[in-house]
Amino acid sequence: MSPRFEPISGRYMHLELLGKPHRLYFEEAGQGIPLLCLHTAGSDGRQYRGLLNDMRITKNFRVIVFDMPWHGKSSPPAGWQDTEYRLTSRDYVRMIIEVADALGLDKPVAMGCSIGGRIVLHLAHEHPERFRALIGLESAAHTEPYYDLTWLDRPDVHGGMVCAGVVSGLVAPVVPAEERWETLWHYMQSGPGVFKGDLYFHMIDGDIRGRVDQIDVKRCPLFLLTGEYDYSCTSEATLDVARRTGAPATIMQGLGHFPMSEDPAKFISYLLPVLEKVRAF
Amino acid sequence: MIDKIADRVNADSGLVRRGRFVDTTFMIAVDDACTLLRIEEGRVTKVASGPFVTPEYSFCLRASRAVWEKFWQPLPPLGYTDIFALVKQKLMQVEGDLHPFMANLLYFKDVIASPRRDAQR
Repeated sequence: MSPRFEPISGRYMHLELLGKPHRLYFEEAGQGIPLLCLHTAGSDGRQYRGLLNDMRITKNFRVIVFDMPWHGKSSPPAGWQDTEYRLTSRDYVRMIIEVADALGLDKPVAMGCSIGGRIVLHLAHEHPERFRALIGLESAAHTEPYYDLTWLDRPDVHGGMVCAGVVSGLVAPVVPAEERWETLWHYMQSGPGVFKGDLYFHMIDGDIRGRVDQIDVKRCPLFLLTGEYDYSCTSEATLDVARRTGAPATIMQGLGHFPMSEDPAKFISYLLPVLEKVRAF
Repeated sequence: MIDKIADRVNADSGLVRRGRFVDTTFMIAVDDACTLLRIEEGRVTKVASGPFVTPEYSFCLRASRAVWEKFWQPLPPLGYTDIFALVKQKLMQVEGDLHPFMANLLYFKDVIASPRRDAQR
């Protein structure tokens, strides 16, 4: 069998991020409107492999996915060994703006899932003028912790296995096994304490319930897509954001918390109509 | 349904391998009906039904019969597909020493879901 090459380019970028030098990995494919994709907590940009490989998207959009610092092939900043990683709303917003600026992106579309679906609400609130549109996947204004997060980072429990175990039920039970286990593999490869550090944003610092009403979707269109099987960022939580902002929301059948990764083809069937609307702006 | 667990698990070599370091006894409580399951090297070696006077076990999963029946359907309804979904909705309690459970979470999730005819792995 002759090899097949995907149309994705991966590069390392050196840049100043949050006031420190960073070596950041990102992948891209396509041309046109920049579509900056944000992965979930404790995972990396491979979650968007389906989008990067779909010509229907890449013919009109330059799809860009970066691994956040500490995640995937991006390194933590020097000195990380003496610190505890904790993602805050302030740093997350700043990181996205600084990456977009470093790549010279002019009014990109930002699309994020889970923590990424939360931060697009922060972006819509704080920086609507910077984005052509925002797409929230599994967006909720807040998520209450429903288990003891300390299990995610302790030396007597395998971090990769417990992180994958915690999120496994968030994958819809009807998706292809190969994509389900690919999604869990990314969680198994997460560095120690990284998922837990992301959940600090997701379950504590990133609570935006008190400001959702102030989001003005006329200043920057916001679209919401949530998988029906997601019991962490629930359909009800997404519909509440939709009701309070006026953003259109779609509940995606047969998908869970990681739609772009657990069943890329099905997810893209929901995303394409949204991207058509984005092109019209 | 609990009576199906031993055969389903022991016939699944991949699942047994995943649990090869598990050596514990845990309890499943369906309403007040308790069952102890002994696990050795990933295999279910003993299943004992209560009532018990002095049961010894590491952890217990406790829910109502109505909840367990939904959870064990081949394709459970939304909200009943996963232990953590039930815990989040306060429909299930996981009690006791959680270390063996959390340290082998992918193993125990599939053990407990094994009565589903088309158990997702």
